[in-house]
Amino acid sequence: MTIATRPLQGLDSGQLLLICAAGMVTVAGVAHTAAVGLSDPEIAIAFGVLVAAGELARLTMPGNREVAPIGAAAALGYTLLLDVGGVPTRHSALQVVAVMSAGMTIGALPHLAVGRPPQLDGLARRLLSGALLAFAYRPLAPALYATTSRPGGTWWVVLGVMAVLILAMLTADVIIAAVLRAEQMRSAFRVTLRDELRMAAPLGAAVAASGTLLALASHSMHLTALVVFAAPLLVTQVAFRKYAGIRATYLQTVRALARVTEVGGYVEPGHSRRVSRLSLAVGRELGMAEPELLELEYAALMHDIGQLSLRDPIPGGATVLTDPEQARSIAELGAEVIKKTGVLDRVAEIVRRQGDGFTGPDMPPLASRIIKAANAYDDLVGSSTDRDRQAAALERLRLDGGDEYDPAVVESMSKVIDRTPPAHRL
Amino acid sequence: MRELPWPAKAYLIVIIGVAAALIGRGLIAPEHLSEREWPTLLVLALLFLVCESVPTLLNVEQAAMSVSFSAALAAVVLVGDVGAAMVGATAVLSVRPGLALHKRLFNGAQFAICGYAAGWAFERLGGHQDVPSVERFTDLIGPFMGAAAVFVPLNFVLFAVMLSLAGQLRADEVPLRGLVQFFVSYLGYATFGLLIAGLWATVQSISAVLVLLPLFIARWAFGQYLAQQRSYDATIAALCQAVETKDYYTRGHCTRVSSASTMIAQEIGMGPERMRAIGYAGMLHDVGKLGVPTKVLQKEGRLTEEELAAIQLHPMRGLEIVRGIDFLDEAFAGIMHHHERQDGKGYPMGLAGAEIPEFARIIAVADAFDSMTSDRAYRKAKSIEEAVAELRKQSGTQFDPVMVGAFIRAVDRRGWDPPGKVSAPEADEVVETMAKDHDDPTTPIEVVSER
Repeated sequence: MTIATRPLQGLDSGQLLLICAAGMVTVAGVAHTAAVGLSDPEIAIAFGVLVAAGELARLTMPGNREVAPIGAAAALGYTLLLDVGGVPTRHSALQVVAVMSAGMTIGALPHLAVGRPPQLDGLARRLLSGALLAFAYRPLAPALYATTSRPGGTWWVVLGVMAVLILAMLTADVIIAAVLRAEQMRSAFRVTLRDELRMAAPLGAAVAASGTLLALASHSMHLTALVVFAAPLLVTQVAFRKYAGIRATYLQTVRALARVTEVGGYVEPGHSRRVSRLSLAVGRELGMAEPELLELEYAALMHDIGQLSLRDPIPGGATVLTDPEQARSIAELGAEVIKKTGVLDRVAEIVRRQGDGFTGPDMPPLASRIIKAANAYDDLVGSSTDRDRQAAALERLRLDGGDEYDPAVVESMSKVIDRTPPAHRL
Repeated sequence: MRELPWPAKAYLIVIIGVAAALIGRGLIAPEHLSEREWPTLLVLALLFLVCESVPTLLNVEQAAMSVSFSAALAAVVLVGDVGAAMVGATAVLSVRPGLALHKRLFNGAQFAICGYAAGWAFERLGGHQDVPSVERFTDLIGPFMGAAAVFVPLNFVLFAVMLSLAGQLRADEVPLRGLVQFFVSYLGYATFGLLIAGLWATVQSISAVLVLLPLFIARWAFGQYLAQQRSYDATIAALCQAVETKDYYTRGHCTRVSSASTMIAQEIGMGPERMRAIGYAGMLHDVGKLGVPTKVLQKEGRLTEEELAAIQLHPMRGLEIVRGIDFLDEAFAGIMHHHERQDGKGYPMGLAGAEIPEFARIIAVADAFDSMTSDRAYRKAKSIEEAVAELRKQSGTQFDPVMVGAFIRAVDRRGWDPPGKVSAPEADEVVETMAKDHDDPTTPIEVVSER
């Protein structure tokens, strides 16, 4: 998972397009607002401050996804706002964009100051989806306000319109995210879409509810209540931050502890990490979804953990060259270790079957077949970046293919390896 | 019910009686609840039940709190004291499989009493029971806070009395830190009740959905977090145990050092975050040992300087391995320096006294103690008393006296569970045993002198 941290470097075409679009909308919004002046400046500033605070408190969800739920809810609230304490608001969609972008910029500044620039594409996506909703909703605002303010008027029509438009916005947001991610990770679009949906749904629902709440609260109460109404979302944010934190720590820990085999001299330095990266790329190429990929990554990192029980390291640590009996017992021992966690049973199963051949009625799981091939490839090539050696290794896997290695896995692997530029060779 | 002592039974009956009397009196006097309030009451009761059925564990892990508190306080504003009491009483019906009847009855009754008392306070402070109109919101805040200020402590006291009568709670067991967190979260929930009541005029029950949806999602995320946390702890323990399977005698060393370190940390009053960190540091302190060639550890007799250097490198090796784990941070220092000595004769840096990081001073004590109380290939395990005496003897030269003192106090109070006897391996069994233990302060590793 390599995502460029420096702006504009390593961005692909889709991201650039998105950032340009967001930039243009921002310029239009700011220029328009500067020309005609802010309408209801206190309200604009209050919501802008909340957007900035939300951006400041942004968090990174598993899979390196930056989110800013409080900022998003504040932007949503400002977009949906019909009146404050019974006085109708008249801000245009372009003003919404201007407030959003100003808030986001201010909120991102402290992060920039300490050297943590935001992911530009994530920022652009948040801005664009907010702008989309604003352009759809703001023109309707006077008519919607009329339905609530006339005698006997109710809020049900407004709530319905809000719900439909928010749903449309969230859908658009998820689709944009999936397109970007599929391009970046070279994964299948449909699988990525499902992954994005799974990640976005809970937070999206919380943001939608809180955004609506902010808009309705401003109808009933004074603006000072704004902060109070962000409180439920604050609780959500805290919980998600903790969750994201432990997920990141978990992965880091498994990555770190997988290295004990290297320190102990059982395998070559960097072996587990290379096998896991190659396995992930192949798994993605073969259309595995994110939860499966996570298990694949854990299993690939720990595939050699069984060697710790060996009396002495196998010379050179090359499991592909050891006799099948010993390889099987290493796999069994490793699976035993992982089973002891009591929670990673599927990972243990993947590790247990990593040595099994492709033939026979009882086919090992796809993840095991990927690890088997990736492991063999790394044993043959190691950290070398020599093209000929890589080609020879792939050829050898192909010759064994059908019996030992899954031909589909080997084909995907050769695609992945061909694609990798020499500088970032796996 | 049968297992309750009689004072608790009497208390339970009194509470139920009071609750029933309050509700009954309210129902007889018609001015308390008018016809048109029944739908609101029903919706609130339903909401309360839903919330009560999914207790949330937001901050305090011991006390299962639930969002239902918000619904009960909203009821105070919307349907008044009797209404709030009735809403609270529905806790009897909450969907929590396995909850005993007497607990249900108690929950319902105490919620009813709290609701009624909060309603009384609300009216006393000038609050007016009705669906508040948009303009009147600010007038609501004062009385509402008063109602919350009655509800929360009353709820807490009723509950604490029950627990202490039932003998499940001793006064010195109430953690102060937890209590503060408890009240802060209740304050948060009170605010949510205010929000629900304030928005009721605009969108009725939808307001409750909008307020509570983020909370339910937070609860879900928090559940995921706790599950990941447990899974993480299990994984880290399993991996550390895998590292030490090589040596027949040291199995379980890492988990025991982890728990001993946590005991010391608790005794000297460390915060929960740092306590978790030191638990991990204790667990991981020896992962670098794998970098020491097996033949060095198995060698009988004296070691050469180089072989000793190989052993002394293991804290650095361990640090190298775990360095990629960001959150450990303070634990790094603990792993790196756990073989430093107070007199500066330790390794790898030769730090002395207060220069040694706190974590390292703690782990050093825990590490040596577990080593002494475990069987080794070259000796039997020492008794706890002998090991404690040894710690005392080395206190000030090898160990930090503060940590030694804290550990001894902790062991005195909570006891220590030394590893069971390790029977010598069977003759035909292939196991690896080490001729040395670098952690053992009573048997220092001997080095061949240069001359």
